[in-house]
Amino acid sequence: MSQNNKPNTKISNSTRLPRKRFYRARAHSNPLSDSHFPVPITPLNVDYSLHYPHFFPSYKINNDNDDVTSTDQAPSLGVCSKKIQFADIGCGFGGLLVNLATLFPETLMIGMELRDKVTEYVRERILALREANPGQYQNISVVRTNSMKYIPNFFEKGQLLKMFFLFPDPHFKEKNHRRRVISPHLLDEYAYTLEVGGIIYTITDVEELGEWMKACLEGHPLFEAITEEELKADPVVKLLTSATEEGQKVARNGGQTFQAVYRRISVSEEESR
Amino acid sequence: MAETTIDEGETNREMEVAPALIAVHPLEKSVAVAAGAELRVFDLEGDCPVTLLDDSGGPLHADSIRAIRFGAKGRLFASAGDDKLVKIWTTDSWRCLRTVCSEKRVSAVAISHDGLFVCFADKFGVVWVVSLDEEEGNQPLVNKKAAPILAHYCSIITSLEFSPDGRFIISADRDFKIRVTMFPMKPFKGAHEIQSFCLGHTEFVSCLAFLCTPDYSQGFLLSGGGDSTVRLWDIASGSLLHTCEVGAQAELVESNGDEVCHPAVTAICTFPVGSLIAVAIQSLHGVMLLNCDLSGRTLSVVKVVSMGDVFIATSLGMSSAGRLWMVTGASNIHGSNFTSLARVKVLAGFEMSNNLDSSENEPCMLEDANIPGGEKVLEKLQGCVSLAKEEKALAAATEAVKIAMRNLLIKKQYSVDKRELRKKSRNDRKLKQ
Repeated sequence: MSQNNKPNTKISNSTRLPRKRFYRARAHSNPLSDSHFPVPITPLNVDYSLHYPHFFPSYKINNDNDDVTSTDQAPSLGVCSKKIQFADIGCGFGGLLVNLATLFPETLMIGMELRDKVTEYVRERILALREANPGQYQNISVVRTNSMKYIPNFFEKGQLLKMFFLFPDPHFKEKNHRRRVISPHLLDEYAYTLEVGGIIYTITDVEELGEWMKACLEGHPLFEAITEEELKADPVVKLLTSATEEGQKVARNGGQTFQAVYRRISVSEEESR
Repeated sequence: MAETTIDEGETNREMEVAPALIAVHPLEKSVAVAAGAELRVFDLEGDCPVTLLDDSGGPLHADSIRAIRFGAKGRLFASAGDDKLVKIWTTDSWRCLRTVCSEKRVSAVAISHDGLFVCFADKFGVVWVVSLDEEEGNQPLVNKKAAPILAHYCSIITSLEFSPDGRFIISADRDFKIRVTMFPMKPFKGAHEIQSFCLGHTEFVSCLAFLCTPDYSQGFLLSGGGDSTVRLWDIASGSLLHTCEVGAQAELVESNGDEVCHPAVTAICTFPVGSLIAVAIQSLHGVMLLNCDLSGRTLSVVKVVSMGDVFIATSLGMSSAGRLWMVTGASNIHGSNFTSLARVKVLAGFEMSNNLDSSENEPCMLEDANIPGGEKVLEKLQGCVSLAKEEKALAAATEAVKIAMRNLLIKKQYSVDKRELRKKSRNDRKLKQ
C-alpha cells in the first residue's frame, strides 16, 4: 500500500520533472486585471541571457545594492544575433513548446502565459528537461505576461515566423467576445509582429469559437488561408492536436477540433486578391 | 469589505473631475474653453461671444467635455466627452454639423487635415471614425454611423493625432504605448496596418503633438507622459530620438523615501513657426519652453516661464499669431462652491520664436485688459472677469485634477494581502445555497 504513495515533493524523484498537481490553477484567468509582472519597455529590453543562457551567456555585474546593472556577452563567443521566432500564446503547461524544441533545434521560441503557477510549472519543466538532455531544450523558454497588451513590447515588427493560439479561452458570453485573444483588432498587432509569409496557427474544441477565429482571420486584409497542400506538408500542424495536454484531453474524449491556419500577407498581395 | 467599497466610491467621484480645456483657432480667429459640460467660444475676429447653434435645443453636452480641438485648418471644431457624444461644428457659423453617439465615454478626438474624417477614442481603447463627406451618395447610411478602425486592448486612449501629411493616425494609451497606424483612404474597413510602436515611456502617455517646419514637413512626434518626460520620436520607425526629463529639469520630482513622485506632463503645444514647444506639467505654476534641434533631433529646455500666482495649466493652445493661451481649472470638484472654474491667461512674444535669448523677445504674460479681445473674452471664457478671490478654489481644483488623473491612468499597486481580499469580494462566484 505504501508503495503506491508517491512522496509529497514538487519534483518527481524518478523523472526529475515537476508534478502538475502542485501547480494547479483555474483554467481561466482574467486578462483585464493589471497583474504585477515586469514588462520590458521595448523589445531590446527582453533579457535573452535569462531565457536562453546557452545562446546568450552573460556576466551579470552587481552594484552595491545587489541590483543587476548590466549583462555582457561572453567576449570569446562573440555576439549571438538570434531572435525569438516562434511564440506560443497561452502556452499552458508547455506541451507544444517541448515538442517544437526538438523539431526546430536552432530556432528560439517562447511561451507566453498569464497564470502565475502555470508559468512556474513550465519554467521548472524546461529546466528539468535541459538538465536531463544536455544540449537540448536550450531554445525554449516561458514568460508570464498578458500577451493581449504587451506583444509589441516583446517583439519587433516582423520578428516572428510562427504564432500559436492553441485552445484559447472561449469567453462564451457575447459581451465578453471582445476579450478573445483572436479578434479583428488584435489581429492588427499579430500582423505587425509576424513577418510577411509568417504563419498563425489556431485550434479549439469549441465550435463557435472555431468559427469566430476563422471569420476574423478570413475578414482581415493581412491574412490569407493556407492551402490544403501546405497544411499537409507542414509538420507543425499535426502537433496542434497531439502536442498539448488540452489537445490530448480532447482526443481522449473523442471530441472534434476546429483549426484555422493563415499566412500573413503584404498589402499589395491583398490588393491583387 | 467596507474598505473596498469606500475605495471604489471615491474613485467614481474623483473620476468625474474634469480639467478645463482650451483650443485656439490656427489663425486666432476664435478661442474655445471647455469647463465641465459647458462649451464657451469667443469670436476674436468679430470681437463678440459666440452663441452655439445646436439642433437639440437643450444643453450642448450633458456631462464633462473631455476633448476639444480645431481641425482642417480651422474650418471645423469638435467637442466630445463623458456624455458619450461627439459634436462637430463648422467654425463659420458655429452651427453643429453633426452629433455622433459613442458607446462609451470619449477620451480623445482628432480631425483629419482635409476635413473629411473625424476620429474619436473611447475609454475602452477603441478608435472610431465618422465621415463628414456629405456628397457620398452611394452609402449614406454607412457614413452616418461611426465605425471602429483600431483598438488598444482594454486601455484608455489619452490622445489622438493625425500626422502632418495625413498618412498616419497616432494613438497613445495609459499602458505606456504609442501606436502609429496607416490611415487608409477608405478608413471604414479599419486601419489594420501598423507602421510602428513608439515605446519608451515608463508611465502612461498623456499627450501628443507634432512639430513640423517647411524643411521637415514629415514632422516629428512629441509625447508627454506620467513619467515626467517629453519624448521626441520618428514615427516611421518608432525610434525614440530623445528624452527630455522635464520634471527633473523643473525640479519638481519629489521623493518620499521609497516613493518617487513624478509630476505628469499634462499638455504639449508646438508653435507653428520655428521649433519651440510649450509644456504644462502638474505642480508647475507656469509653463516650460523647450526647443527642438531639428537636424540634431534633440530637445533642450529653454526656460521656465513662471506665473506670479497660482496657475498650473490644465490645457494649452496656440496660433500662428505667436501667442500661447493657457487655462487652469476643473469641474465637479467635490466640496467646492463652484460647479466649474476656469482661468485663462495669455503669454505673448513668440513671433520671433527662435530668438528668446535677446531681451526684446522675452515672452511676457499679458495683463487681462491687454489680451486679444480684452476683458470681454475673459468674461465669456471664464464665466466672469476676475478670479482674484478664488486662488484657494483654483488650487483645490488643480489638486483634484492631479488626483483624478492618477486614479484613472495609473494602475493601483495592491499588496498581496489586499489583492487576496479583493479577490474574495469578486461577484462572479456562485452563492452557496
